[in-house]
Amino acid sequence: MDPKRMRKLGELLDSSESTPLSPFPDEVLEAVLSLVKSHKDRSSVSLVCKDWYNAERYTRSHVFIGNCYSVSPDIVGWRFPRIRSVTLKGKPRFSDFNLVPENWGADVHHWLVVFSRVYPFLEELRLKRMTVTDESLELLANSFPNFKALSLLSCDGFSTNGLAAIASHCKNLTELDIQENGMEDKGGGWLSCFPEDFKSLEVLNFASLHSNRLLLRAPQLTELGTGNFQQELTMHQFADLQFAFSKCKNLQSLSGLWEALFLYLPAIYPACGSLTFLNLSCATLESDELAMLLSYCPNLRRLWVLDTVKDKGLEGVGSTCPLLEELRVFPEDPQDLDINHGVTESGLISVSRGCRKLIYVLYFCRKMTNAAVATVVQNCPDFTHFRLCIMNPGQPDYLTNEPFDEAFGAVVKTCSKLQRLSVSGLLTDLTFEYIGKYAKNLEILSVAFAGSSDWGMECVLGGCPKLRKLEIRDCPFGNVALLSGLEKYESMRSLWMSACNVTLNGCKLLATKMPRLNVEKGCSSFCSHIVKMNICWFHIRHRKPLKDVGFGCDSNN
Amino acid sequence: MESSLSYESGHDLNLKATELRLGLPGTADEAPEKQFFPTKRTSSEMINSALDSDNADRETCAPPAKAQVVGWPPVQSYRKNCFQPKKAEPDSSGNFVKVSMDGAPYLRKIDLKVYNSYSDLLKALETMFKCTIGVYSEGEGYNGSDHAPTYEDKDGDWMLVGDVPWEMFVNSCKRMRIMKGSDAKGLGCL
Repeated sequence: MDPKRMRKLGELLDSSESTPLSPFPDEVLEAVLSLVKSHKDRSSVSLVCKDWYNAERYTRSHVFIGNCYSVSPDIVGWRFPRIRSVTLKGKPRFSDFNLVPENWGADVHHWLVVFSRVYPFLEELRLKRMTVTDESLELLANSFPNFKALSLLSCDGFSTNGLAAIASHCKNLTELDIQENGMEDKGGGWLSCFPEDFKSLEVLNFASLHSNRLLLRAPQLTELGTGNFQQELTMHQFADLQFAFSKCKNLQSLSGLWEALFLYLPAIYPACGSLTFLNLSCATLESDELAMLLSYCPNLRRLWVLDTVKDKGLEGVGSTCPLLEELRVFPEDPQDLDINHGVTESGLISVSRGCRKLIYVLYFCRKMTNAAVATVVQNCPDFTHFRLCIMNPGQPDYLTNEPFDEAFGAVVKTCSKLQRLSVSGLLTDLTFEYIGKYAKNLEILSVAFAGSSDWGMECVLGGCPKLRKLEIRDCPFGNVALLSGLEKYESMRSLWMSACNVTLNGCKLLATKMPRLNVEKGCSSFCSHIVKMNICWFHIRHRKPLKDVGFGCDSNN
Repeated sequence: MESSLSYESGHDLNLKATELRLGLPGTADEAPEKQFFPTKRTSSEMINSALDSDNADRETCAPPAKAQVVGWPPVQSYRKNCFQPKKAEPDSSGNFVKVSMDGAPYLRKIDLKVYNSYSDLLKALETMFKCTIGVYSEGEGYNGSDHAPTYEDKDGDWMLVGDVPWEMFVNSCKRMRIMKGSDAKGLGCL
């Protein structure tokens, strides 16, 4: 290279005032960064230098906010001016089980007010565990003319009136996914607010509603979740149903209160061939009914059922669903104490024998053994999610009367890809020694009625390098355990402890030592059984919460 | 770290005036951290009682009693509203059972409590499924007709409809199946 050019290059490199050599014009940088989708990657990109931070800001189209109290909507709006899609999560997961008081917060309204101003072209909104009122849904429906997709998962505060507003005003809707919500059902009239032939709709899930109307005039449907049908259909309606389903060649996902639809199964069969996800978790099917249905679904990857299908039904799953990757078995009657009801260890073993691709299991049962769990993970070593709920707290292996330490030991030793684990049954600290030592990829751990002493929790906090979320209830872990995790909390997103031995002062001390944590602690009695729960809950790396945070007082920060 | 744990014991009362109180109004006199000790079982209690007790003794183990454990098992509350519970109280409205007929592509659901006797029920079934069932005779079942009504009882056994007194049938029937006459010959009064 000619010396003059070399010197110039050297000067450029030595120059102290320029940013590191960035030979790309902004347009090129932005074009490249537009292709980066993962929000973790985008966070990394934004940290490289100021130019990249700005280029990333302007090219981000989807923002994921894992905790709605971590940042204000105004700041989000300022930093990312071109957002088209927002995912927002609110309450801690245990709010699903009534462990978080009402009026805790996580109201989406203020977010929508800001978004209506800064993101008029918003297309997608996905909310999880947020409070959403009808007023908010109306605001949403009227503020965003390009709005395409709404997903409400485990939210509360709205009724079907709010949905009517969405159906009426969102002309470009492709997805309406409303699942597992505490919602007030004021009747199925909202469905008629959709236009007659709704060609753009691809996803319609309202599996938790009681509604007497079925909307099937949407041939592009890839996902359908229906409401409940209690009444029988006339022959004419049956023919309509058959016709409608025969048009749904793209149906990949079907869920709903299958009871009544099952009465007319042959009408549904033409649509079952493409199904990859079947959610029967609200249908009290028997084993033979399930077997009949499954015979029409050769491509099933994910199946949710009630334990009314029993072990026999699960044998059928094992023998007819070789492609199955996910199985969830929910209890029909969680308060039923009869140990002979529902499913047992043998159902799970049958599934593991036949479904070797299984990577996700959620299993509610009343009987289990260490040997069975070991067999299951031998058959299916690729589990990423293993959630076992033995419904009687502190129950041991029913054959040997031993704790389930070896069962979960086998899980963490065998399943190296395990990301999420829920443990149950009688467990000593040994379980947590195993978890801390072997669960190298574990991100989420849920523990209830388990452990012997602080040591158990210390093992988890001292191991599990990828731990992000830890949820603990009714365990004998106290302040020593809580405070042993100071280093660990730096890399975690959240910790929940309720009905443990942690005290207010323990939390205060934690907050003092880690000023960036938002530590909340509350005591409240919110049911007539007066179970007072002491809750210690915190998020990491977050700012002072907005004023409407519950518990009625300041949090340490 | 250890010295700071003395916070718990001696200093509570002194700090009360300036203590960050996170409880609801009206709970001023309760120190939050005391509340769960009376209701918590020590770990050794949990292990011992679990090892000793028969399943039937579960409910006497220790507080909190099963019914009082909030949020356990961890099933989302919306699921409880999903479907009609199978266990109907004696006085509650309706005892709905599924009825299928061999060869028919659909099922029906009927409420047994609507009928007063076997003959009522059978007439209704004949109308619903457009078939003849005939008359039950104790020795021979439903001879002389193409179909025989059967039911699954609480024990999981399949019985011929009519074998037991009407009330007993209504209370023990879980579902019904109208079999082709030839298949039902194996059932029938023994």
